[in-house]
Amino acid sequence: MNPLGALAIYRFEMSRWFRTLTQSLLAPVISTTLYFVVFGSAIGSRMSAVDGVAYAAFIVPGLTMLSILTESVGNASFGIHMPKWSGTLYELLSAPVSWWEAVFGYVGAAATKSVLLGAVILLTARLFVAYPLAHPAIMLGFMVLTAVTFSLFGFVIGVWAEGWERLQIVPSLILTPLTFLGGSFYSIAMLPHPWREVSLFNPVVYLISAYRWSFFDRADVSVPVSLLATCGFMALSLVAIWRIFATGYKLKP
Amino acid sequence: MTDSSDSQGPAQSPAQSLAGSPILQVRGLAKTYAGGFQALKPTDLEIRAGEIFALLGPNGAGKTTLIGLICGLIRPTAGTVSVGGFDHVRAYRQARALIGLAPQELATDAFESVWATVRFSRALFGKPRDDAYLRRLLEDLALWDKKDSPIMALSGGMKRRVMIAKALAHEPRLLFLDEPSAGVDVELRREMWGLVRRLRDAGVTIVLTTHYIEEAEDLADRVGVIAKGALILADDKEALMRRMGRREISLHLTTPLAALPHGLGDLPLERVDDGARLVYAFDARGEAASVSVLIRRLSAEGIEVRDLETRESSLEDIFVGLVGGPR
Ligand SMILES: Nc1ncnc2c1ncn2[C@@H]1O[C@H](COP(=O)(O)OP(=O)(O)OP(=O)(O)O)[C@@H](O)[C@H]1O
Ligand SMILES: [Mg+2]
Repeated sequence: MNPLGALAIYRFEMSRWFRTLTQSLLAPVISTTLYFVVFGSAIGSRMSAVDGVAYAAFIVPGLTMLSILTESVGNASFGIHMPKWSGTLYELLSAPVSWWEAVFGYVGAAATKSVLLGAVILLTARLFVAYPLAHPAIMLGFMVLTAVTFSLFGFVIGVWAEGWERLQIVPSLILTPLTFLGGSFYSIAMLPHPWREVSLFNPVVYLISAYRWSFFDRADVSVPVSLLATCGFMALSLVAIWRIFATGYKLKP
Repeated sequence: MTDSSDSQGPAQSPAQSLAGSPILQVRGLAKTYAGGFQALKPTDLEIRAGEIFALLGPNGAGKTTLIGLICGLIRPTAGTVSVGGFDHVRAYRQARALIGLAPQELATDAFESVWATVRFSRALFGKPRDDAYLRRLLEDLALWDKKDSPIMALSGGMKRRVMIAKALAHEPRLLFLDEPSAGVDVELRREMWGLVRRLRDAGVTIVLTTHYIEEAEDLADRVGVIAKGALILADDKEALMRRMGRREISLHLTTPLAALPHGLGDLPLERVDDGARLVYAFDARGEAASVSVLIRRLSAEGIEVRDLETRESSLEDIFVGLVGGPR
């Protein structure tokens, strides 16, 4: 075991983030504020409550989840893609570090950032609307679980991608549509007949709905199913990473 | 009596095997890249503990491939590697902990400071923090005054030395330097050689590649030559030079010679510069006639020698002879 090595990667990744802390945190604060000005105040004031929750409050969990998803994938994929691209990966490959120690460092750091970011967004949102928090511990648990799962997924993408354009493909082509259609800004109960059923094939719907449950104690879908699906996706990503390191796929010629 | 000698044998051998025993054993190591190009043919190599081994070979010969295979950067197509007795796949932690690698390509974290990056390297290899050691290391590499600079603010030669510092940060027993002197100025190159020698004296085994043959000649205890993916030789430098080196006696004549007299036909003499000079060449192993005999034979033919010089071939000549010229 090489705990020092794993910790060194984690620290390295975090320090990279801390160097640009202002941008890292300012960007989500600004975008959250914008969402609240546009959706919360401007549009939300004309909207009736959703499921008995004021619209401005209703969008808080979805917005947070949206950021956690994109940030996790973005951070983790960048974290491993950068050394691959710059060539500094040689050091990791030649070091006495196992695959799960590397994952602890890279994915752990990416997930930490996402969770901190989620917390900042929740705090910023609090300035605009007093949302309830029915199950705080579960809320936090969901946040961490999602952050870790999608950081693992991001790690896979970071290894797979050859070049920075490819790095953007999966997030912008798949993740963004899924999150926007995943009920961040509406309850799928609000959708007309075919779209509601179609939405049930979108995994993000489950994620957001279950997360929303931890706030409002109300969900469109089954919370255990959501939890199970997330864990399943996490296991899948872990297996992918294990295979990547076992075979050297896209890491070693 | 047989009993006691039996029990003594194994107890003594580890201590005896420390000096000169292989720290690296490569067996049948080969690499065919995805495109089907065979960059390294099945290769056997042993590196003895405590030696400096210089790997020579023209561009594209497979030096970096060999090092990458040993260090775990490239997937072997076949073969095994053991470092300090540890298999580099099955016991990768122990094997890799012994190895330090400074690759050929400059690859550094541009925004990190020198100090942060060497500390990172040390920790990555699982070694506890030791600022005093790292300080000495940076001082040895003339980097101490740059320790707080971001790496991107360093010159190319400084970056090269940062990579060597990173490779040494965890106090490896076996150090790979892939073209360490590329882009390093003459004075610092000398200092670097000094460092390499000091490391060797401290017990570190060093494998380096270089295109500066005088570097290998100066530094190396043993020399390996790779050409077209095959390790064509690995030998003691001295033995190599004795075996393959040529000695030449160049005789400047008072009057140019139109043709070599028949009476000298038995000697390995060659007429050069339109007969102004005769070159007497022999390989270092061959029996050489003494210079006085040579002169006497020449004067017997009425040839007068104005001046003479002797020359020993360098590693470079040997190298050129082996691979048909470094490109
Ligand atoms: N990833 C790769 N895929 C395919 N071929 C490769 C790859 N890396 C190296 N090669 C080929 O393998 C051969 C050996 O390359 P290598 O880098 O080992 O040479 P070298 O001896 O280090 O040369 P140099 O002195 O230029 O550094 C070259 O022909 C090179 O083109
Ligand atoms: Mg090379």
